[in-house]
Amino acid sequence: MFMQRGTLTNKVYKETDPMKEKGDIRTHTISVIVDNEAGVLARVIGLFSGRGYNIESLTVAQVESDEHRSRITVVTTGTLMVIEQIKAQLDRLVAVDRVADLTIEGPYVARDLALVKVSGIGEMRVEAMRVADVFRARAVDSSLSSFIFELTGAADKIDAFIEQMKGLGLVEVARTGAVALSRGSDGL
Amino acid sequence: MTDIGGKNKVAPKMNGAQMILQALTELGVEVIFGYPGGAVLPIYDEIYRQDKIRHILVRHEQAAVHAAEGYARSTGKPGVVLVTSGPGATNAVTGLTDAMLDSIPVICLTGQVPRHLIGNDAFQEADTVGITRPCTKHNYLVKETALLPQVVYEAFYVATTGRPGPVVIDIPKDVQVEQAVYKVPQKAEHRTYRPRTIANEIEIEQIVELLMSAKRPIIYSGGGVINAGPEASKALTELAHMTNIPVTSTLMGLGAFADSDKQWLGMLGMHGTWEANHAMHDCDVMLAVGARFDDRITSRVDKFSPNSTKIQIDIDLSSINKNVQVDLGVVGDAGIVLKQIIAAWKANKASLNAAAMDQWWQQIDIWRARDCLAYSQNSDVVMPQHSIKRLFEMTRGLDPIIATEVGQHQMWAAQYFGFDDPNRWLTSGGLGTMGYGLPAAIGAQIAFPDKLVIDIAGEASIQMNIQELGTAIQHRLPVKVFILNNEYMGMVRQWQELTFEGRYSSSYSDALPDFVKLVEAYGGTGIRISHIDELDAGIQRMIDTPGLVVVDCQVAKLENCFPMVPAGAAHNEMMLAGDIRKTADDEISQAVV
Ligand SMILES: Cc1ncc(C[n+]2csc(CCOP(=O)(O)OP(=O)(O)O)c2C)c(N)n1
Ligand SMILES: [Mg+2]
Repeated sequence: MFMQRGTLTNKVYKETDPMKEKGDIRTHTISVIVDNEAGVLARVIGLFSGRGYNIESLTVAQVESDEHRSRITVVTTGTLMVIEQIKAQLDRLVAVDRVADLTIEGPYVARDLALVKVSGIGEMRVEAMRVADVFRARAVDSSLSSFIFELTGAADKIDAFIEQMKGLGLVEVARTGAVALSRGSDGL
Repeated sequence: MTDIGGKNKVAPKMNGAQMILQALTELGVEVIFGYPGGAVLPIYDEIYRQDKIRHILVRHEQAAVHAAEGYARSTGKPGVVLVTSGPGATNAVTGLTDAMLDSIPVICLTGQVPRHLIGNDAFQEADTVGITRPCTKHNYLVKETALLPQVVYEAFYVATTGRPGPVVIDIPKDVQVEQAVYKVPQKAEHRTYRPRTIANEIEIEQIVELLMSAKRPIIYSGGGVINAGPEASKALTELAHMTNIPVTSTLMGLGAFADSDKQWLGMLGMHGTWEANHAMHDCDVMLAVGARFDDRITSRVDKFSPNSTKIQIDIDLSSINKNVQVDLGVVGDAGIVLKQIIAAWKANKASLNAAAMDQWWQQIDIWRARDCLAYSQNSDVVMPQHSIKRLFEMTRGLDPIIATEVGQHQMWAAQYFGFDDPNRWLTSGGLGTMGYGLPAAIGAQIAFPDKLVIDIAGEASIQMNIQELGTAIQHRLPVKVFILNNEYMGMVRQWQELTFEGRYSSSYSDALPDFVKLVEAYGGTGIRISHIDELDAGIQRMIDTPGLVVVDCQVAKLENCFPMVPAGAAHNEMMLAGDIRKTADDEISQAVV
């Protein structure tokens, strides 16, 4: 009645996760309205790290001071199934009020803010100023040998600006990640 | 309103500890499982000074949470835990995680260092809300004494509604002693948390249509049906009976549909029955209710029930389409949605194709004829399956509550013990926590002092919370512990046998205590069964002996638990006792994980 023993191979099964492999990887911008209570950001971030989701960028600030609501804008990547999971998991958090997938729900506006420091003198400095002009970046600080440019725009515009500044004495960059709203008259 | 301590007759100003007890009393709490320490002494003092809530002193904080889980699962009411800061809270983490994965409503009060010391690495300080954030449904750090009643009410609401789960309330010691006005909270709702319980009409119509179109339908039910209360189990049974659809369930769902019912196929999944897994694989319409397509159920997702239209009803949107893409996902309470389906079915005078159903049942009977749970008890050694079968048969009229530890004995209990009603089966399904069973049995016995409560244990698991024998003695709980002693971490040994060529690395239960003497040392009764002839008498003696009993039932040491779907295989590629593999697919035979 005992079965034969030790006949199966001991090769370790390679983990394949078909659900996660299936489908294209896409980038989604998700708006999350949360109760501005202690730990709420940790919950959201912990959810992404704990479940292995990506965060491309994440911004957060209180947006309704009397109601103590904050809006989190998170740009994430994954297959459609994973994106759906992310939204459902976010929605499940007790402190989360509403979740909207701006990428799916229609046209929306997304903007980053970047501060870009470049240093240089002479021709480099003039050229940096000229490029900034083209990008409609403003100099918000200047010294004899440096500028800080302030630039808002879609992420790719900021990427392009930074790319150009690399040849013109780029020192460092601070940027926010996207904040986003749906177009038109309706709110979340 | 209850007036704790007899003070404050007019304006109910009280200290934080009193407010907690007051709120718990108003919420109908009858029992707290806990363990004292510096950071909760004010609450313990209030417990001492009142007589409405009973405190059950355990021997380890992990056991306090498991006991609260056992209480919650057997009663349907939330379990309440009280532990101190630092090590008290960290010891509770395994229990909280267990409750999280099995969706059990538990409210765990933890002490915390005084507010001005938080963040200072104070004595017995741990970042409890940080540590428990991923293993609770929600948690709170109460920094304002006046908020205590509101937080306690809200915590109960969150723990018990929607998909239930554990909630931690972390309470600094100085908040427990500070005075504040007790304001009875208005109806405990939550600003941002609003679970959806009812399906809409279109969804119900679609479900009815899909079911009507089925030729090989199956109902796959899970722990969500148990969590939705006995009404949900009744609705499940009614729907199954009016449609003649076969029913299988997960480990967590056992008891929602009667084991004695002829439409019952047995449990499905890794150690499920031949008929349940084959019916899942071959069905054309699957109605999943309160079940989450866990990997122990689906095994290999791309080969899981490949040709069926899948309907999933779940209270938690995130459970839908998480592991398996379904065709119709419906968010709602299992009981409510099942009743909606029944009403619509009746209103539409719906029916299934009788000829097709006849054929389907004939096919199922063919699978049943494999008799996949057969074993032979033909030696002097007690076969583990047989011991469970006899335990089941000999306690049949007594409506027992069964808890388990984790391992082969747990699976054998699931396979050979039949449950006709919900809330009789307490097992750690999601986390698979060894050491769960004894404290869970204690929690159930507290709720049902006169019932027969048995922990079916393994000799390894039982040692993980064996100190709780002391709890049972102290509180005069007649818990029975039935150890299937195979001298191995059997489930580990089985996997080593099947996947590591029998190299039994550290899975032998060496240096075992004499369990009979051990329980006697605590003041209970020990019984040893070492021969098949002693089995029935030993079980009978266990049933007849009042008080705590531990049975050391020595069973065949190297028996394996079958049927088994190796991880990575499909449902129709399962192994039965006596065969190595049904299919010779090489890739799959390597896939035992
Ligand atoms: C806390 C914990 N540690 C480790 C495991 C891994 N594990 C699963 S079953 C098992 C062996 C259990 O042995 P025993 O209690 O004797 O039960 P048996 O399988 O022999 O019936 C182990 C170590 C677990 N599930 N839980
Ligand atoms: Mg064992």
